[in-house]
Amino acid sequence: MATAKPFKSDGLAPLHGAEPVKGRSLWQDARRRLFRNKAAVGSMILLAIIVIMAILAPLLSPWAFDDPDWGYDFPGPPNIETKHWFGTDGNGRDLFVRTLYGARISLLVGVIATSVSLLIGVTYGATAGFIGGRTDNIMMRIVDILYSLPFMFFVILLMVIFGRNIFLIFVALGAVEWLTMARIVRGQALSVKKKEFIEAAQAVGVSNAKIITRHIIPNVLGPVIVYMTLTIPQVILTESFLSFLGLGVQEPLTSWGVLISEGAKQMESSPWMLIFPAAFLAVTLFCFNFIGDGLRDALDPKDR
Amino acid sequence: MKNLLRCVGKRWGTAAVFAVLMTVVATAAYAGGTLRVATMGEPASLDPHKVSGTWENAIVGDMYIGLTTENPKAEPVPGVAESWTISEDGKTYTFKLRECVWSDGTPMTAHDFVYSMQRILLPETAAEYASLLYIIQGAEALNSGKAEADTLAVKAIDDRTLEIKLTGPAPYFLALLTHYTAYPVPKHVIDKVGKEWTKPENMVVNGPYKLVEWIPNTHVKLTKNDKYWDAGSVALDNLTFYTQEDRAAVQKRFRAGEIDVATDFASDQIDWLRKNMPEETRIAPYMGVYYYPINSSVEPFTDARVRNALSMAVNREAIVDKVLKTGELAAYSFVPPGVAFYENPAEVEWKDVPFADRQKKAKELLAEAGFGPDNPLSFTLRYNTSENHKRVAVAVVSMWKAIGVKAELFNSEVKVHYADLKQGDFQVARAGWIADYNDAQNFLYLLESRTGANNYGRYANPEFDQLMLDAEVTSDLAKRSEMMRKAESLAMADQPVIPIYHYVSKNLVAKNVVGFEDNPQDIHRWRYVSLK
Amino acid sequence: MFAYAVRRLLSAIPTLLVIITIAFFMMRLAPGGPFDREKQLPPEIEANILRAYNLDKPIHEQYLDYLKNIVRGDFGPSYKYLDFTVTDLIMTGFPVSLRLGLYAILIAVVFGVTAGTIAALKQNSTFDYMVMTFAMTGIVIPNFVMAPLLALVFGVYLSLLPVAGWGDGAFKYQILPVITLALPQIAYISRLTRGSMVEVMNSNFIRTARAKGLAEKIVVVRHALRGGLLPVVSYLGPATAAVITGSVVIESIFDVPGIGRYFVNGALNRDYPVVMGVVIFYAVLIIMLNLVVDLIYGFLDPRVKVE
Repeated sequence: MATAKPFKSDGLAPLHGAEPVKGRSLWQDARRRLFRNKAAVGSMILLAIIVIMAILAPLLSPWAFDDPDWGYDFPGPPNIETKHWFGTDGNGRDLFVRTLYGARISLLVGVIATSVSLLIGVTYGATAGFIGGRTDNIMMRIVDILYSLPFMFFVILLMVIFGRNIFLIFVALGAVEWLTMARIVRGQALSVKKKEFIEAAQAVGVSNAKIITRHIIPNVLGPVIVYMTLTIPQVILTESFLSFLGLGVQEPLTSWGVLISEGAKQMESSPWMLIFPAAFLAVTLFCFNFIGDGLRDALDPKDR
Repeated sequence: MKNLLRCVGKRWGTAAVFAVLMTVVATAAYAGGTLRVATMGEPASLDPHKVSGTWENAIVGDMYIGLTTENPKAEPVPGVAESWTISEDGKTYTFKLRECVWSDGTPMTAHDFVYSMQRILLPETAAEYASLLYIIQGAEALNSGKAEADTLAVKAIDDRTLEIKLTGPAPYFLALLTHYTAYPVPKHVIDKVGKEWTKPENMVVNGPYKLVEWIPNTHVKLTKNDKYWDAGSVALDNLTFYTQEDRAAVQKRFRAGEIDVATDFASDQIDWLRKNMPEETRIAPYMGVYYYPINSSVEPFTDARVRNALSMAVNREAIVDKVLKTGELAAYSFVPPGVAFYENPAEVEWKDVPFADRQKKAKELLAEAGFGPDNPLSFTLRYNTSENHKRVAVAVVSMWKAIGVKAELFNSEVKVHYADLKQGDFQVARAGWIADYNDAQNFLYLLESRTGANNYGRYANPEFDQLMLDAEVTSDLAKRSEMMRKAESLAMADQPVIPIYHYVSKNLVAKNVVGFEDNPQDIHRWRYVSLK
Repeated sequence: MFAYAVRRLLSAIPTLLVIITIAFFMMRLAPGGPFDREKQLPPEIEANILRAYNLDKPIHEQYLDYLKNIVRGDFGPSYKYLDFTVTDLIMTGFPVSLRLGLYAILIAVVFGVTAGTIAALKQNSTFDYMVMTFAMTGIVIPNFVMAPLLALVFGVYLSLLPVAGWGDGAFKYQILPVITLALPQIAYISRLTRGSMVEVMNSNFIRTARAKGLAEKIVVVRHALRGGLLPVVSYLGPATAAVITGSVVIESIFDVPGIGRYFVNGALNRDYPVVMGVVIFYAVLIIMLNLVVDLIYGFLDPRVKVE
């Protein structure tokens, strides 16, 4: 692939101010690999459908999510005539609408808590990796110890102390998941720090902040995105565990965790209360996992 | 060597055969069997002076017998006391005790009861339920540390005679004595081992069953006490109590035959149970009221019209028929029906008004009080975590929405809920009250201003208070009942609380269990039960 | 190695102190006290109770008293289980949780590694997809759904196993709890193993081993597994944490007398001494576990020197 262009000084003009070429083609490569992964693509489509359904929830059903249908059974099986496609719950509220509202909360919790963990983890990891030396050692030792603590207990204590506020849930769950993020970011920061172009940039006098944003972060982005996609299902599951303990979101809000906890108690007598939300949960978690795996394979192909 | 082995082998063999024979004979003698009961809660203690819940009552109530005890219908019958006389003014009780012994053979005397009643009232014992005995003269002073133990009006005239003086004629006193706060405890054991007296190797009882083993969160095992004076009529040999709280799991265990009696089941299972296990599902009226106290000391709930509007707008029939479905009774009075000496509790006057009209009237009342579509009444309804409480609350909120009231739900765990209620930190909240003893006073005192924390809404009506005070010193049962009814009707006109429903007891009883009789107090003594 | 271990243990003491202090004050921060209940206590009785438990002293005094007591091994009485001390409860609960947890992790490692390795060797085959789908299912179904489901099927419908309970600790009572605890971990471990084995099998030193003419089985077991298992060993720490967390659900649905429930119920009941006891107990356990994992890691991967 010879580009036998004669050397002309003008030919260099387009190169001024451009990013290192290597970065761009990596992303294009990755994107191509991702879209060739059928499981990942299918998952993205499915996830998009669920998200759209969640957003359009009030339009998709004649029932409000918090109004009991006094004319029907409490709980009642799925029924086409009454437009209770998923049936009703123990308070006569339409389950289809509630599943979609639950989707809103569960997905929101997943995304926001993961973002919180991202914030904490990236800051922590980048700082540790970049400063290096003894500080890095101590900071990572702390992460090691924290890694094996059943964090759940502190989350439970937090919920018990501060009451069940949805914002607290975001923060508490995010605070539980940042450890691996910190490790990844710190690893990347360490390896990038050693690269020559960083030394060169420092020699030229580029500020540390600029180095971090311009050079370190784009390199870190790959694994971070993968990890985020794989953390969201974790967070959603953790939220459902909190709901089972009675520490989840407050009524009349609902989440898949709440719906599934209620449904599990009546799985024999009212199976629809469990099956529909559980199916949605399972499909969503599958999707996130496939997308995450796909992203990981796309950005860092290992199997040949 | 070989001979030695053969000799030993023969010996062991004979011993083994002998052991098997003895076991067969022994098991044949103990033909009463083991009853396995799920009490739906771990006991806090087996010391009768330290317990405070119905689930503990199920265990402790067959280990100890008080002066009076319950029959299968939970009515008071002679216990340790064979007979008694009551003075004219109804304030002095003299009990004649029967001859009986503790399970270690030590004879029981009246001094045991003096000691026990003093013990539960001593501040150091920190007994949570001691206030139940405040009807005894000197009890409250002793419990607050303001008096010495010997000022308590419980005296042993001699070894077989006990005299108790009350602060007022309480017709329910004999029923009260069946309660575990009045059980005797063995002084001779407690003096010797102190706190360790409830360990199986130390524990001594005077009732039909004694403790074999208590492994927390696993089981409590009791076995027959042969020294009980009526041991001959006790059929079951052993009792095993499981304390799991997950009702769905307990129901599955019942179905699988691992449990013979479950003392609760989840209401949402009622349809399934009625269809699949109709004989085992036992539902009966239970002496308790489920209600929403309103904090009468904060605006706008100081206005009786607002309180009445909120109460009228609740469709109680819809709640008990559709949401609960277990046969609870819609409550239009505070005191449940069937309480002793108290027929026809006072109900709200609008009970028979058709619901649609009630809703209209409610809207009118709210408008009069200044609320309407442009100024909707909005507040928070609190309830403690539980499936049933949630479902009732969600239903009620939607009913209030129908009259233009915006109620927000707030759910917290039990401790927080009641801590806040105690401080008066609520607007409208959920509460429930199960009777301690079969008398209307036990319900109505919740609305007296001197009651303190248990009057969550801090309702203060001087007329109501006066009527209750008068009733307390009246020995004429009819007059007393009349006064309390008048008081209740005052409260029903004021609606400081919104009565929602009267409880039912829910039990699952296996088909081969005999002697488990439904009663309004849901107290079932295992000494009357046998296995077919 | 011994000196390393000792050093690690000593440095754990300040960590423990921090954890204890945080947990102590967090619990006290929680609204509501241990003796708030539906039937409110009259003020005299409440005063009696608070005095009996030293809860009427100022909080810093309570804290110091607590520290003094635990040094002597006295973790206090339980506020809920009045006839038992915290030590009683932990001593009866811990062996149960330990048994279940150990079995669960053992089963998870054995099944997970085996499945993951075979899946990696037969990459992209039907077996691979089956294993990975099963793995996903194990992760995607919450344990509070799996537990009652298994109890229903095996306990009620098929009457093969007890629905719940612990009895005398007989084997049959352990089967369902252990399986429910193990399933999600089998799922994670098989995914982890598959991923790392795929990487290892494609690496240079495996190619060398094969080129040397070694039998495939020896290549896999002797050479590949050693390196491929490293992520699994690292995961053992969080796996234990997950099993401990999961035990809360398992214990309440299967009525197993383990420690997990004590924490949650303790927090909800404001049973301060029990909560503190469980927290301290777990903290010590995990510090020990971390040490063991690090030592194993050092043993498995000669590149890592434990100094």
